[in-house]
Amino acid sequence: MIKFREGTPITESAVPPGPMDRKWVDYRSKCRLVSPANKQRLTVIVVGAGLAGASAAATLAQLGYNVKVFVYHDSPRRAHSIAAQGGINAAKNYQGDGDSIYRLFYDTIKGGDYRSREANVWRLAEVSANIIDQSVALGVPFAREYGGLLANRSFGGVQVQRTFYARGQTGQQLLLGAYSAMMRWVDRKKIEYFPYHEMLDVVLIDGKARGVIVRNLLTGELKRYSGHAVVLATGGYSNVFYLSTNAMNSNVTAAWRAHKRGAYFANPAFTQIHPTCLPAEGKYQSKLTLMSESLRNDGRVWVPKEEADVERVRSGRIKPADIPEEKRDYFLERMYPAFGNLVPRDVAARAIKKMCDAGFSVIPEGDAVFLDFKDAIARLGRDVIDQRYGNLFEMYEKITGESPWDTPMKIYPAPHYTMGGLWVDYKLQTNVPGLFAIGECNFSDHGANRLGASALMQGLADGYFVLPYTIGDYLADEIRTPLPDTQAPAFDQAEKEVRSLMEKIYQIGGNTSVDELHRTFGRIMWDYCGISRTAEGLQKAYGMVCDIEERFWKDVKVPGKLDEKNSELEKAQRLLDFIQLGKLMIIDAFHRNESCGGHFREEYQTPEGEPLRNDEEYAYAAAWEYTGTDEPVLHKEPLQFEVVKPSVRSYK
Amino acid sequence: MSKTINLTLKVWRQSGPNDKGGFETYSLQNVSTRMSFLEMLDVLNQQLIAEGKRPVEFEHDCREGICGACSLVINGRPHGPNYRTTTCQLHMRHFKDGETIYIEPFRADAFPVVKDLIVDRSAFDRIMAAGGYISVNTGSPQDANNIPVPKPKADKAFDAAECIGCGACVAACPNASAMLFVAAKVSHLSLLPQGEPERERRVRRMIEAMDAEGFGHCTNTGACSIECPKAIPQEFINRLNREFLRASFITEITDD
Ligand SMILES: Cc1cc2nc3c(=O)[nH]c(=O)nc-3n(C[C@H](O)[C@H](O)[C@H](O)COP(=O)(O)OP(=O)(O)OC[C@H]3O[C@@H](n4cnc5c(N)ncnc54)[C@H](O)[C@@H]3O)c2cc1C
Ligand code: SF4
Ligand code: FES
Repeated sequence: MIKFREGTPITESAVPPGPMDRKWVDYRSKCRLVSPANKQRLTVIVVGAGLAGASAAATLAQLGYNVKVFVYHDSPRRAHSIAAQGGINAAKNYQGDGDSIYRLFYDTIKGGDYRSREANVWRLAEVSANIIDQSVALGVPFAREYGGLLANRSFGGVQVQRTFYARGQTGQQLLLGAYSAMMRWVDRKKIEYFPYHEMLDVVLIDGKARGVIVRNLLTGELKRYSGHAVVLATGGYSNVFYLSTNAMNSNVTAAWRAHKRGAYFANPAFTQIHPTCLPAEGKYQSKLTLMSESLRNDGRVWVPKEEADVERVRSGRIKPADIPEEKRDYFLERMYPAFGNLVPRDVAARAIKKMCDAGFSVIPEGDAVFLDFKDAIARLGRDVIDQRYGNLFEMYEKITGESPWDTPMKIYPAPHYTMGGLWVDYKLQTNVPGLFAIGECNFSDHGANRLGASALMQGLADGYFVLPYTIGDYLADEIRTPLPDTQAPAFDQAEKEVRSLMEKIYQIGGNTSVDELHRTFGRIMWDYCGISRTAEGLQKAYGMVCDIEERFWKDVKVPGKLDEKNSELEKAQRLLDFIQLGKLMIIDAFHRNESCGGHFREEYQTPEGEPLRNDEEYAYAAAWEYTGTDEPVLHKEPLQFEVVKPSVRSYK
Repeated sequence: MSKTINLTLKVWRQSGPNDKGGFETYSLQNVSTRMSFLEMLDVLNQQLIAEGKRPVEFEHDCREGICGACSLVINGRPHGPNYRTTTCQLHMRHFKDGETIYIEPFRADAFPVVKDLIVDRSAFDRIMAAGGYISVNTGSPQDANNIPVPKPKADKAFDAAECIGCGACVAACPNASAMLFVAAKVSHLSLLPQGEPERERRVRRMIEAMDAEGFGHCTNTGACSIECPKAIPQEFINRLNREFLRASFITEITDD
């Protein structure tokens, strides 16, 4: 049964006083600094080298701190950020179409359905323009116009063109920029990096984060590292659903283990389902490939109007192209005339699900709708479309064997991004002093729904422009602290606990493989805690997930040895953390009796089927405290809106 | 439409860097032709786990052809038989029923085998650390549009920047040379105005690091570009040679 307790509300989120547009400027001019000589005595541990971690590590090293970077990848350049396709937002107003810091701020607050902290979002919009300057200076080859200046395009949920892009591989190019900045400091010995090292615990001494326990994935050896502060930049947890658009190894372990050491986990139920992904097929399916949101700029989403045509197209008796215009239902354009195909992700995903649930899926097994480029090709010509989407078309064809030049894509929503994450204050510090969280692994900026092209922006804002200042404010008090001794009892204790948990899992010796159990568990999460949720379904799911946890302890099978490269052991540990997180997600989804952004509770909708928010009771971030029992404690951080008045989010 | 095939797999198994290693044979039934190659290996691993055997270790992450983690030499070809395709993007519809497939790790002295199909490609990171960057501090760089880049040049730089650092070029090369990788990295930055100030130092240091890692010399066989999943063209190797030559004529005034 779902249980939780309510604890004291969060009253301190370190938001500076003053008018919104002065807060960050004032904070930066007044926050405490650490002198160059003292910085050299301080060590910062950064876990993760995606956009957030790599940009933070490079900047901290440049400031003079000693930085240690840990990643489970074989190279920092492989972080999941590499896979981002579509683009990155910035309030540059290069197109002169009326963009401004305010507008980007407003779109993000509204897009997040009024569940984010205004001051953080304002700061994000404020530093966004610097990110583009910084990245270009580092050699990131953004798309350009013939005049040699930067090009932009539009993305879902907004009416200006503020998205910068680099063919269909914006993430790779931005990450290579941040990675190269980081490698420059590796060369200068200010950064020491540890590939193939997975963090399994944070070590606290006198309540402050002082180090980590990591496992060398090649040898299995557990190792201890200490520092004056620990920064987690470990990405999102969409793989809780098993099938998602995330890279196969993305996981929640770092954040979850920090949670178990006291860090609050906020809004875990706020997950984003991306509308345009390749549909799931067989039991062997290992991931769902994203088709960039940018495709909705020119692609039109439709299903046949008549059920007879649905039948014929499913069975392959007719081709999509055989269905005449008047017999097609361009349902996003019909339902949302103002934004059409460019409605935000949550809105598009629900509309697609609705059409499929109503029996209009265009594939024989499973669910999918069409995303069609016929009109765009006719209007703009093949060259233009090729420039914009050529590589995405190629990717689609490689996977499916069908060419989007000839026939519409078939797409369906899939788990993609997690707005929830470790609770952090304005300084990006968790409630554990000295433990910071940046990038997708924190909960900070996107409220209940993230707008497209805003995650890359947030990761780099946190890493390049925010954390390097705010961490100094914390470290200013640490200049006399010697580097913590890794032989301290807290390190002994943490290592012992990590080892015994790992050995316990290894010794289960059951019959079910990790993947098999994860697939079953993920399906439960998707069915009951995915695109839409009900109180009844969530209660049922909670019981099912408890059973999965029991089954894990009885029946999981981990082959191989402890002291060698052992992917099954790695996955087993991550799965256990996912299962425990899954329980918290369900509790969070259950407790929030409203619909907002990506969190859609069927009981709370308007007669037209749009989400019904309840600002009176739920205008807060839900920060959960770990108790070691099945009864977590809820701390509410009330959200005050000074600049924008929450209103009904309408894209009609 | 989906159908299934039966396969014989000859997979390289090696328990660690010091083990000699060798091929093991496995048979796999009813493989859907809609699966990706790595999903086929997932299925093999599930079968091995069920039989109480140690699953095959292989590198992978994004499974969409961009992270550069996946590798494998499939029937003698890095990333398998398809042009411009990483192993994770290769699908089983390209294989025939009853076929025998050989699966090996990338082979090069500079890429020692870690386990089974995993090799250590950290040499690439060390080459990057030696100079694969533009030295600019985080702070207040000038407005991005103050550095216009003519589109053809920007496009060319981009063609080079597409390299995903997978190392297939090294595995494809009879001399295990890393020239295509280094060429892509050097060209990307040297084609841009931002990369100009460190142009000579960069190419010198990266070539030096490449040699120190024990990669072989380039004899222009062209195999790298053919197997490169991003089809990074040979012309970048010519460009790299020119850059290197140019750098050796220009006396270094300062270096740090
Ligand atoms: C397919 C796809 C396309 C996307 N496209 C866009 C887009 O166009 N625009 C946009 O704005 N956003 C996009 N996103 C979202 C965006 O890419 C991510 O939110 C963002 O890149 C996350 O960056 P990060 O630095 O927080 O984490 P990541 O890039 O996920 O990096 C995590 C890092 O942490 C390390 N790590 C994790 N756990 C541990 C541990 N326990 N021990 C050691 N190391 C650890 C990993 O090795 C890695 O280095 C996309 C996402 C997906 C899935
Ligand atoms: S040049 Fe091609 S083959 Fe070589 S590392 Fe880059 S992408 Fe891989
Ligand atoms: S797994 Fe990322 S490129 Fe193949």
